[in-house]
Amino acid sequence: MTLHSGRGFACINYPIGMNLGGDPAQALVHSTPDGKFMVTLSAIDLGQGMKSVTRQIAAEALGVPIDDVYVDTADSDTGPHDMGSFASRGTHRVGNAVIRAASEARAHMMEAAAEELEVSPADLDTDGAGNIHVKGAPTRRITVAETAIAAQFKQGRTLSGRGIFLIEPSGVDPDTGEMSPVTCFAHAALIIDLTVDDETGEVEVTKINSAYEVGRALNSRLVEQQLIGGAWMGVSHALYETTEPYYPDRREGPLDFNAYLMPGPGEIVPHDIAILERPAPDAPFGGKGPGEMCANPVLPAIANAVYNAVGVRIDALPITPEKILRGILAQGGARPQGQRG
Amino acid sequence: MSSVEFRKELFADERQDDLKQIGRPAIRQDIRGHVTGRTAYYDDHLFERLLHMRCARSPHHHARIRSVDTSEAARMPGVQRIVLAKDVPNNLNTLLSLINFGKDDEPLIAGTKVSYRGEAVAAVIAETELQARQAAAAIRVDWEVLPHVLDVEEALKPDAPQVNAVYPDNTFDYEPYDHVKLRFGDVHKGFAAADEIVEATYQMSPIEQAPMETCGAIAVPETADRILCHTGTQALFFSLGTTAKLLDMPSSRLHFVGGTVGGGFGGKVDSITEPMAVLGAVLTGRPVKFQWDREEEMQVGAPRGAERWVIRDGVMRDGRIVARSFTGYFDSGAYTRLSSYAGTKGVGHLPGPYSIPNVAANVFCIFTNRTPATAMRGFGITGVDFAIECHMDRVAERVGIDPISLRILNAYRDGDMKAHRRTAKNTALVECCQVVADKAGWRLSAEDRAASSLTGTTAERQAIPETALDEEGRIGERRAGRVTGTAPTERSTGRLPAGTRGRDHAAIPVQRPDMEILSERVGHRMPDPAEAGGAPPLAAAAPARPTPPAASPPPARPASASPPPASPPHAAPAPPPAPPRQPEPAQPAHRSEPTAPTAPARGGHDPAPPAQPKPYEPDKPFSRGVNRPGVSRFLTGRRR
Repeated sequence: MTLHSGRGFACINYPIGMNLGGDPAQALVHSTPDGKFMVTLSAIDLGQGMKSVTRQIAAEALGVPIDDVYVDTADSDTGPHDMGSFASRGTHRVGNAVIRAASEARAHMMEAAAEELEVSPADLDTDGAGNIHVKGAPTRRITVAETAIAAQFKQGRTLSGRGIFLIEPSGVDPDTGEMSPVTCFAHAALIIDLTVDDETGEVEVTKINSAYEVGRALNSRLVEQQLIGGAWMGVSHALYETTEPYYPDRREGPLDFNAYLMPGPGEIVPHDIAILERPAPDAPFGGKGPGEMCANPVLPAIANAVYNAVGVRIDALPITPEKILRGILAQGGARPQGQRG
Repeated sequence: MSSVEFRKELFADERQDDLKQIGRPAIRQDIRGHVTGRTAYYDDHLFERLLHMRCARSPHHHARIRSVDTSEAARMPGVQRIVLAKDVPNNLNTLLSLINFGKDDEPLIAGTKVSYRGEAVAAVIAETELQARQAAAAIRVDWEVLPHVLDVEEALKPDAPQVNAVYPDNTFDYEPYDHVKLRFGDVHKGFAAADEIVEATYQMSPIEQAPMETCGAIAVPETADRILCHTGTQALFFSLGTTAKLLDMPSSRLHFVGGTVGGGFGGKVDSITEPMAVLGAVLTGRPVKFQWDREEEMQVGAPRGAERWVIRDGVMRDGRIVARSFTGYFDSGAYTRLSSYAGTKGVGHLPGPYSIPNVAANVFCIFTNRTPATAMRGFGITGVDFAIECHMDRVAERVGIDPISLRILNAYRDGDMKAHRRTAKNTALVECCQVVADKAGWRLSAEDRAASSLTGTTAERQAIPETALDEEGRIGERRAGRVTGTAPTERSTGRLPAGTRGRDHAAIPVQRPDMEILSERVGHRMPDPAEAGGAPPLAAAAPARPTPPAASPPPARPASASPPPASPPHAAPAPPPAPPRQPEPAQPAHRSEPTAPTAPARGGHDPAPPAQPKPYEPDKPFSRGVNRPGVSRFLTGRRR
């Protein structure tokens, strides 16, 4: 038996949001009497961090500390309409709706503070730490909490805002395929290093190097988690997963995780990531959703690396040991393609 | 093990890194609940007198239902109610009818025939889950087994079994064709001029979204004649709207609560468990849970569908790809669900992130007798990216060019025209290639290292070429045997003048100025309304959706005896209301000067070093939570 090393490359772009638009998202923001802010959504947190990222977006747009913002998701009686968490639309669509709602609430907050400080709202700014001050005179200030109390109990004013974000819905020309699919694209390039055992056909992915362009990493750790988890899912998709092993035949479909294969803790691949940020003009603080695109380049990069290792092109997923061995057999042995780079 | 670096020096002049909250590694608001097991998911809500609902399912790929005998099941212990197709008030739906796309084609519970193995034919509501399972197993169905088709290309043949009565040709209707067309330039002329032709076929397998939490919902009758539904849906109002439609009830009677979901990955958009549970609650007046077990999640719940892609490239010896055609087959399974959308989205993505002067595609959404497919992470894109990027390596090998170099040579740049007739902007493929090559020690030529997404476009790359058109593959023609080919045809029937395009579509502006964030607070340049062809009012010029609203009757099918009328020749830009094409500036106006020494509009911006994530420190020592003393755990409404 011989272990053959292989290296493969792939790069992709990814459309952010529902294709052809027409997928609105709404958000509501209001203050409690003591100057905390509640963001009310019907968006869904699947574990991807929807609550966290909208909380940061709201805090940034309001100009208040993140600890003073709370996000409530998905009650159809209180949360205004949102299409849902899919198509990498959460950050882009809901994030923009939250910015709009928070901006309106901020405008009311600045008006209330201006009345208390007896200045013009345009002369005020927030310090992000819970204070509103006169521009250029940081000591002439009022706290957000005092502002909210005054607004509620003295001025009779709500510090609240509404936001909706919608990409105008459009269609496809049936003869040319002309369309406006999305307004924002993320990018990635990735290099896989792996070994192929020419006796068992087994593949071990040993290293991933990647570069992901995400517009702006709104939360650096959440992006990191998405990218590492997404690449793991890509490895799993490329090498292990199928609900129909003999597709299009439906025999032998797995019924549980004993038969539905996925990499375990022993197969977690070391992954060195570079994050690039080219803000998208219409995205919230420039951020594009990284959640879906991060798995995509892994699949072809693995297929290309397997070819580089043993000279067998597997064009049908998953890339199982059986397919690799049959390929090696058919060509009379492994044919390493030489070192890449 | 793993590492992360932020390459802040790239695109630094398009970005300010002085935001206060954005970019920080703020800890999740909900993470303590998740890691201590105290977060409430839909299934953590318990109710007195909760009933359980289970389905009887088809063992056949395709069969007519002669009769359903529920007499034995109805007599079994604990059984409260048997539910059949006739109990579903409006038993035909398609998910995307909520955005007026496609025809209603799928029952909640099959009444006359089943079209995939595992399709529900009846449901049992019982006091316990075990009783519901046992009774569901006792339902007897008299089947008339029908011939089935499982392969997408087999399903296109004129004599293939008809899978879905609403789409008798086994293809989704992209009016007026049975597939989505992409035509840009003249791909066959491109092939003729190319030095090499590289063709290959790629096949994806169906895979499972595999969330830890399976799909499910609990519906509870409330006062005021409303129904509360706790759900694990990925799309709250999608599920609410679908439930209201299937059950023919005003959506205001439904109160859906969710938002905290144990993994989705695309498999929780289909909205099947919610209408089932709500129907159960309506029929029994008691709380009802409908939840898939792992076997149902894997074999009945929709997987990511299989896709087959044929790519044909015409390439010059120097590596320039001059023509690329696709034939794509999305295996939708027995019903549409979301595969029709994937077909359109996939076509909008072609030919990948590359500038290719001649591109054509025919992409089919095909019905087969298998579990309906649905969304999954990367939907409509993952499969074709696998095909494109494997194919790029094939092309690189054929012309003897380094694989990364081939990508950089063909990569789309700011200002290039894309095959769907919109200008590329905000691109960054070249930089991703360079950065990852550098990280992995993959040597690139000086030329490749000097390339940039900001430069490299030319007047030729910005132009829309004259385009060869055809009308092959109208709905019904394939079934009638008049069309057999699936690849983009060589028989062009018309030419669309160079430069023809409609207008772009962008975000609707804020309804009140207060809702617009101040431009100096956003950290980058905001979109210029003029750039997107003006911010249009919504009602003005949105081209019609490719299919009519679901509520209207389906369009008349072309009579099979006579050929369909030829459409008028293309004289005007394709989308009807589009204005004539504006001359485009030689340099895209939105592009910042790559070497501009001038400071950006808003003050200084030293590229700050990336925020170093600090380890999480709780403000208070962790203490294990307990229920209030003396209060029943069940009365709290939470299991934990």
